[in-house]
Amino acid sequence: MLLSIKNLHASINGKEILKGINLEVNEGEVHAIMGPNGTGKSTLASVIAGREVFDVTEGEIKYKGKNLFKLSVEERSREGIFLGFQYPVEIPGVSITNFMRTAVNEQRKYRGLDPLPAGEFLKMMEEKKKLVEIQSNLTNRSVNEGFSGGEKKKNEIFQMAILQPTLAILDETDSGLDIDALRIVANGVNTLRTKENAFVVITHYQRLLDYIVPDYVHVLFEGKIVKSGFKELAIELEEKGYDWIKKEFE
Amino acid sequence: MESETNKFLDEFTQSEYKYGFVTDIESDMAPKGLNEDIIRFISAKKNEPEFMLEFRLKAYRYWLTMKQPNWAHLKFPQINFQDIIYYAAPKQKKTLTSLDEVDPELLDTFKKLGISLEEQKKLSGVAVDAVMDSVSVKTTFSETLSKLGIIFCSFSEAVQKHPELVRQYMATVVPYTDNFFAALNSAVFTDGSFCYIPKGVRCPVELSTYFRINAANTGQFERTLIIAEEGAYVSYMEGCTAPQRDENQLHAAIVEIIALKDAEVKYSTVQNWYPGNKNGVGGIFNFVTKRGICKGSNSKISWTQVETGSAITWKYPSCILLGDNSVGEFYSVAVVNNYQQADTGTKMQHLGRNTKSTVISKGISAGMGQNSYRGLVRINKNAVNSRNYSQCDSLLLGDKCGAHTYPYIQVENKSSIVEHEATTSKISEDQLFYCQQRGIDKESAIGLIVNGYAKEVLKKLPMEFAVEAQKLLSISLEGSVG
Ligand SMILES: Nc1ncnc2c1ncn2[C@@H]1O[C@H](COP(=O)(O)OP(=O)(O)OP(=O)(O)O)[C@@H](O)[C@H]1O
Ligand SMILES: [Mg+2]
Repeated sequence: MLLSIKNLHASINGKEILKGINLEVNEGEVHAIMGPNGTGKSTLASVIAGREVFDVTEGEIKYKGKNLFKLSVEERSREGIFLGFQYPVEIPGVSITNFMRTAVNEQRKYRGLDPLPAGEFLKMMEEKKKLVEIQSNLTNRSVNEGFSGGEKKKNEIFQMAILQPTLAILDETDSGLDIDALRIVANGVNTLRTKENAFVVITHYQRLLDYIVPDYVHVLFEGKIVKSGFKELAIELEEKGYDWIKKEFE
Repeated sequence: MESETNKFLDEFTQSEYKYGFVTDIESDMAPKGLNEDIIRFISAKKNEPEFMLEFRLKAYRYWLTMKQPNWAHLKFPQINFQDIIYYAAPKQKKTLTSLDEVDPELLDTFKKLGISLEEQKKLSGVAVDAVMDSVSVKTTFSETLSKLGIIFCSFSEAVQKHPELVRQYMATVVPYTDNFFAALNSAVFTDGSFCYIPKGVRCPVELSTYFRINAANTGQFERTLIIAEEGAYVSYMEGCTAPQRDENQLHAAIVEIIALKDAEVKYSTVQNWYPGNKNGVGGIFNFVTKRGICKGSNSKISWTQVETGSAITWKYPSCILLGDNSVGEFYSVAVVNNYQQADTGTKMQHLGRNTKSTVISKGISAGMGQNSYRGLVRINKNAVNSRNYSQCDSLLLGDKCGAHTYPYIQVENKSSIVEHEATTSKISEDQLFYCQQRGIDKESAIGLIVNGYAKEVLKKLPMEFAVEAQKLLSISLEGSVG
């Protein structure tokens, strides 16, 4: 098993957001997480990635059989956890090229490898740019600075393609994408799918799941996974909304 | 404060004769303290022409009437000017036989800076094999320059070999009456660089003090003079990006630049003198007067500085834009960490018509550091159609440090435009998390973000300087975020 979350509780500034999450993800699987606004989807993603502002008060997360809480944010990344941000952050003055080169080389160092020669790195960049069809001059611009909403999301997938994670959590990567971009992003994910890696896709729209077909769909509500099912659950949610689940839950 | 200064001056003037002495001209070192005899001794030691001694003495007498300025946003103990040795023959450093004898902390820093082993040896005073002997490097270098008529030598050498040039230009941009530290420097300066680019010559290499090996130990009261004749161009790099553990507490340098018609001078500094330890003990007090005059029309002077060292920095590289259409630029990155304090900025004096100036200042404060930008833009009434653009950004790391901005703007005509922008920002937890999530550890992330923030200035540096400056920025902020 790649990821196993048991009875996870997490809070911020004393306010509990996650109230007992259970989730198991195996290699080769795609899980979709849906749920109303403000119920803790992004919080869950952040806690898996190790964001320090959240306090884990109870429960455990095992990743590749190891206690994830023992690893720092960067170590988790180097162990193959990738988070596609709902709101990608701007880093003025730092080009994507420079940013990704630093990231790739830190990851390589962790694996005992020498830094990638500049030529090879640029070649890899070109390849991955094609995959997500981003404009070639975008990588010379500062990370996310002045990017359109869609460009920011594509940039996340681009980074994922370069880092080739084992566990990718994509937090609303489909929000703000036009139909073409949605297809491109989904294509990117599908190309990267293997038997060894897994995806957790957080989304509000069943539309994305037509392209990235999930093995499981979970509904997160008030800090708990209140319902799990197969891809049909997403269609049902699209039609009926969340009210029936809320009622069931209450 | 004032009475203290007076008291100090009293003691000082009284003591002058009480402790009068006849200095042994053969000795390599002057005794502690400052008086006219010491100045005569320095001048004699350097075998200076009469005009130079006269200049020093005038400066000294004027200095006696002055008070140390206290308008800067700096706190430091009273400097005892009688407790300083004003002349010591260039120190023969103890030659070490291998790198094993060098302070490991210093070696660590070298490694981080990516300085080669040979270079490391040289910088830390380990004997170096003949191949790397910098004298030979220096010779080939000097030949190239002299063919073009470029004079690049130590200030002392210039006084001996080109006294007429020194006499014509010295103190024309920074008179000894300019300020307390300029007066002090004028009285006691020991050495520095001299650079003369003849008419129409573009200096083909970056001139660097790196080649001025023998002046390495005379940094305390440095004096530099750069003259670019009509249509000349030179890019000059000051400083050495290795940590100089110079324990001289007080540094008071002067740099003067003269650009004649159509001439351009680029002056770049990377300063990383000892900043004191984590608790603010020790470190250099750096009081510098740097000024250039765009004397002829269409001339240009550009200052670029990356300041990461010194406990106290007091420094305002300035431009007097006298020639019509002349251009002044100031690009600065100033970093303070731990207990460092910097009060730095520029003065842009627009006198000629259609003159233009640009000021980009990036302050970075960490730890308990205090960083002030102080900038004056003055557009004279005759400087019609002039423009200034100033941008002063402050970046704070942590909540115990400080950033302050003191802009002074005076515009005396209606056709000129002055723009001033200022921002203060912090490295956000969001940005750090984003970097870390990609596998970049916190310190590297801070280095990356800070370098991005300073990019506008760093890109103005000559290539070889820029790479080292980037590393230096990251290193000087190490340990600044828990
Ligand atoms: N840094 C923070 N400080 C205070 N409250 C926070 C913080 N981050 C999240 N929260 C709160 O935690 C709750 C869950 O937020 P979260 O971002 O996880 O929701 P979400 O399910 O991702 O919602 P959306 O669908 O709108 O993205 C919200 O009430 C939010 O306001
Ligand atoms: Mg969210």
